Amino acid sequence: MANVLVFTELHDGHVKPVTLEILGKLSGQTADVAVIGDISAEQVAVLAKCGAQNVHKLKGSNLDKYSPEGYANALSEFIKSKSYDYVFGGATSVGKDLLPRLATKFDAGLASDVVNFTMDGGTFAGTRPFFSGKCLAKVELTGPKPHFVSIRPNALGMTEGTTAGAGAAADVNANAGEIRAMIKEIVKAASTKTDLTEANIIVTGGRAMKNAENFAILEKMADVLGATVGASRAAVDSGFAPHAMQVGQTGKTVAPSLYIACGVSGAIQHLAGMRTSKVIVAINTDPDAPIFTRADYGIVGDLFTIVPIMTEEFKKLLGK
Amino acid sequence: MNIFVCVKQVPDTETKITPTSDGSFIETASIKWIMNPYDEFAVEQALLIKASNPAANVTVVRVGSVKDTEALRTAMAMGADEATLVEAGDNLDSYSIAKALKGAIEKSGKKPDIVLAGKQAIDDDALQVPQILAEMLGLPSVSVIVGFELNGTTVKVKREIEGGALEVYEVNTPVVLAANKGLNTPRYASLPGIMKAKKKPMAQFSLSDVGVTDADRRVKYSGFTLPPEKPAGKKFDATDAAKQQEVVAQVVGLLRTEAKVI
Repeated sequence: MANVLVFTELHDGHVKPVTLEILGKLSGQTADVAVIGDISAEQVAVLAKCGAQNVHKLKGSNLDKYSPEGYANALSEFIKSKSYDYVFGGATSVGKDLLPRLATKFDAGLASDVVNFTMDGGTFAGTRPFFSGKCLAKVELTGPKPHFVSIRPNALGMTEGTTAGAGAAADVNANAGEIRAMIKEIVKAASTKTDLTEANIIVTGGRAMKNAENFAILEKMADVLGATVGASRAAVDSGFAPHAMQVGQTGKTVAPSLYIACGVSGAIQHLAGMRTSKVIVAINTDPDAPIFTRADYGIVGDLFTIVPIMTEEFKKLLGK
Repeated sequence: MNIFVCVKQVPDTETKITPTSDGSFIETASIKWIMNPYDEFAVEQALLIKASNPAANVTVVRVGSVKDTEALRTAMAMGADEATLVEAGDNLDSYSIAKALKGAIEKSGKKPDIVLAGKQAIDDDALQVPQILAEMLGLPSVSVIVGFELNGTTVKVKREIEGGALEVYEVNTPVVLAANKGLNTPRYASLPGIMKAKKKPMAQFSLSDVGVTDADRRVKYSGFTLPPEKPAGKKFDATDAAKQQEVVAQVVGLLRTEAKVI
């Protein structure tokens, strides 16, 4: 059995789902959670339900905003005061930036963007994609401990029937240390929807969308489904959508349960970004579009007529 | 001003990837190698900084095999002043690569003011090297940058985070920055640039020259396989206006009853 620390982040006061996916998979190990800042008793209970023994709330000055150095200093000081075998985190914006710095403070390795793992005998062995998902490889860690692991959101899924942990929450005095790179300003994006990389359902528009305004019909479907809207590179390069919406090899890699591709041809580079979607629906007028080789359900037809009909069907099904 | 750009050479995005028979890595014999796409933005940014600071020196550094030096030659053709290659295999882990890059930077005798790299390499998609390198060099870092401004020794960068929001950072040099797509538009190497590149200095070191050994590996990769093939999906014809409603209703129904995703 291993002693594991899971670093968690909050979004709108709620623990990010990837934390719960990680805790569920760590069932059988001793798992604590660390969060920077405060967390509600209700959220502590959510963590406890998934197996968290202790929830450490790291508090200190200069930690109200994210900074790679501040968070890394605070967490490394805390970890040094304990003896964890592993430190896990989600491969989120913060996770991808923070965990490599944090691991290096311990001269330790980080297995990043892991999509599955086992802890046989308390030893981590994981699976991760390589070459934009064209390969899968086994990943193991060696060298100084603790060992670090970042987990791709939505890859593990939730584990049923985990044994609850004690969920004992306590404040920890944390030291941000010297911070040289500071956030001066945060420019919020227009959309407050779940980020593509963490979304459970995604609706993507391709070049066939013809212009940016037409994305409104996808937004309408997304609203009914609680989905996030994405775009292919062709749509982004044509100016129909901002780069932040791009799914693909030079855009975002996504792993939703449901991916609906509207007017997307399915170039290799696009598939690289969404091939691990659990279920893929494709709508395209071209019956030979490559996307159909990857789609679980392919509809040959014009997205401009199909998408509104589908939105109505989803509305009926979901009682909206 | 000393600018270092870390570049990686990776398989072209269209390349078919085949695991070796023992699964230890992939077959590399017939791969077309290119500069890691994200590193192009890093090289371009270095050249833009140099354009405003003509006395700046741009050194491109690469850790990888000596067989192909496309990435370094391309960077010098674009305008980098010199290159350094640390000879190594193509499947090192991020920790070893970062340590080798640090060693190469130190061997140059030039104190870094700005270190640039792409945010990730599209072979291992690890997204670690720039941050590890920064920590090893004792420098601050900002990754996934899509905007850059330099005023004297103060760098102002925009970092892209979830949902397309932007964090605006201010930091004094020296600093390590990891570039994302959208930071700039990389230039093409011109023919005169390509000719000039042939005469630019390229230093070469071994891993042990820069203090890296097998004992520095922290992450072990094995068992490379192709992902499981999905069974063929169902295809429905909705070109006939009379059938559209029925087809869509059927698919939506299947998403609930068969796929169980809504």
